[in-house]
Amino acid sequence: MAKAVSSISAKLLRSAFTANRFTTAYAQSSTSQSSSAGMADIVKPMETSMKKKLAEAFKPSVLQIVNESYMHNVPKGSETHFKVVIVSDAFEGVQLVQRHRKVNNVLEEEFGSGLHALSIVAKTPIQWEKSTQEVGQSPPCRGGAGL
Amino acid sequence: MKGTPDQPRCGFSNAVVQILRFHGVENFDSVNVLEDEDVRQGIKEYTEWPTIPQIFMNGEFLGGCDIMMDMHKNGELIEELKKAGIRSALLEKAENKD
Repeated sequence: MAKAVSSISAKLLRSAFTANRFTTAYAQSSTSQSSSAGMADIVKPMETSMKKKLAEAFKPSVLQIVNESYMHNVPKGSETHFKVVIVSDAFEGVQLVQRHRKVNNVLEEEFGSGLHALSIVAKTPIQWEKSTQEVGQSPPCRGGAGL
Repeated sequence: MKGTPDQPRCGFSNAVVQILRFHGVENFDSVNVLEDEDVRQGIKEYTEWPTIPQIFMNGEFLGGCDIMMDMHKNGELIEELKKAGIRSALLEKAENKD
């Protein structure tokens, strides 16, 4: 009897450990590669919404959304500061400031509901090909004064 | 910007100040939006731009930190400064090298 109980306990412990590991790793992931749409909505609603809207609006060949909130004076798990790398034909012939305006406009709702800072890299496919395709981190926080 | 040129309160605002100084531009006006919430919201409505810092040169809105960095890297900032009657310090450094 004791042996049966201990083997069940071991199984439960193992499965609990695996579930926690998955959840923790998922929550810490800074790129938008969710394995389950449902989980993404709950864990990263801002990032999920941004990804959906930018994908629909620009049909990008490259879309990277990096949550940089951890670099700033905000609570852990915040979705306030992001970097977006977006490569799309939609930027052909469009000046840089206008590209940023287009991205800002698509994310108007997000800016009104908690999105505080957005660093944007917006290139055409040819510009992206010619570039190093490496994107550095944004400048470090200087303390801010709350949001 | 957030904070002042001597004490920026935001990494993006600081980056803009550093870029300007790199070009030898020390005399520029700045407004600390953290001191006035009306200004902080008002400027976003005026420019229809949702983030701070916001850079104006010769009365024209240029963009935010990313755009300043881009313009600095590709030489456009030197041209914009020229339009505002400012000679970038980088031109002198380049001349001294030759």
